[in-house]
Amino acid sequence: MSALHIDRLPTAVAAVLFAAVLVWFIRRARRGGSIFIRRIAGLEAVDEAVGRATEMGRPILYCPGLDPMEEVATVASVNILGQVARRAGQYETRLIMPNRDPIVMTVAQEVVREALTEVGRPDLYDPNDIYYTTQSQFGYAAAVCGTMMRERPATNFFIGHFYAESLVLAETGNATGAIQIAGTDADSQLPFFICSCDYVLIGEELYAGSVYLSREPLLLGALKGQDAAKAMILFALLAGTILALLGVDVRSILE
Amino acid sequence: MKSTGPVILGFLVGMLMFIQYFTPDKWIEARYNNVLDWKQVVFGITLILGVVSLFLYHWRKIEKREAGWLYSIVTVAGLLLMIAGAIAFSPQRGPYTWLFDYVQSPMQSTMFALLAFYVASASYRAFRARSFHAALLLTAGVIVMLGRVPLGELIGFSAGEKTYSLATLSTWILDYPNMAAKRGIMIGVGLGITSTAIKIIVGIERTYLGKGA
Repeated sequence: MSALHIDRLPTAVAAVLFAAVLVWFIRRARRGGSIFIRRIAGLEAVDEAVGRATEMGRPILYCPGLDPMEEVATVASVNILGQVARRAGQYETRLIMPNRDPIVMTVAQEVVREALTEVGRPDLYDPNDIYYTTQSQFGYAAAVCGTMMRERPATNFFIGHFYAESLVLAETGNATGAIQIAGTDADSQLPFFICSCDYVLIGEELYAGSVYLSREPLLLGALKGQDAAKAMILFALLAGTILALLGVDVRSILE
Repeated sequence: MKSTGPVILGFLVGMLMFIQYFTPDKWIEARYNNVLDWKQVVFGITLILGVVSLFLYHWRKIEKREAGWLYSIVTVAGLLLMIAGAIAFSPQRGPYTWLFDYVQSPMQSTMFALLAFYVASASYRAFRARSFHAALLLTAGVIVMLGRVPLGELIGFSAGEKTYSLATLSTWILDYPNMAAKRGIMIGVGLGITSTAIKIIVGIERTYLGKGA
């Protein structure tokens, strides 16, 4: 019996290669090499969005999506939450976060508490503002919409993995006149967010969010490595297309 | 130690999860199943925390007569009624089932049905041809929507043995320009997921622990 799933070997090789590229860029960042990251409008707007809520004296609403904590999109969302909570703490603005998953709720409470402590405002932390609603998909949508209509948050963040409820949430937020920043890796929900939100983090921008906001050099290095890997994939796709146009059967060669 | 311990634990479990995907080893598979079992236990415990949080959140609103406190009474009453119904009778029959079938389920369906109206209002905003790009989107949208209904099959022409209709054009739009954009996004998402996972496993990304990145 083989010690490896042979059919998964290409995935393993690709993962190790990708990790090597990331490590190379992280080491480069550690040595202090300059790293340019393109401007991401949705993340540039975070300060503006939090500031607007402060000026209006209204809270910020943060939705981490519907997926549980083991999904990477939720982890990315919680990472961005940490940065948003820091800014909310600096501006002394209330942050409300209804949750669908109790594990996400517990992690989010800890992240927000730590973020507020770091900016010297632990007194602003209220565990009741990060609360559980229901496991039901549309029950959750109803709870968030109700919160938007009653509390009238000035800023809504929809960051994470969403399903059919995305448009219900975003349209209700739009109706309340809130500035809305969405971010998701669910390609089927992107058009809905683009229609109804002011800024949208598309796909990979969701994963870059926390790095972009924190500007931590090591993490920026990893982000740069991600871009390099994407360039390699693009090059491979281009080479494959040219070879296919020249009549070379690349697939049979690889097999 | 407060942050080092979780980072080491994250590294060990992350590596175990990574390796188990590539090997059929029985010992590693058993550990993977252990982790899945623990997840159920953790979920059960945090669900209690969640229900307590829900109750306290609404109880506070009722106590302080905050805006919308009457809705909080309905929520707390619903929560207690469902729990009492399930304990006193059974989760398979009695008031619990009745409330689920005739109250909760129709309310969920109603929320889902509202989506049709939201799609209409969002489409109205998106499909206003105020710029070249918006006009392009509107044209593509009209072709795809018409191409998906039987009428789309009838609008077109025949050239020899081949028939070119709105349905053909709609399929072409979905299969080529649309699919190319989707794949571009998915490649970025795949790399983002892998990169985030690696950063967490090696302990560079720690925001999820409540610590600054």
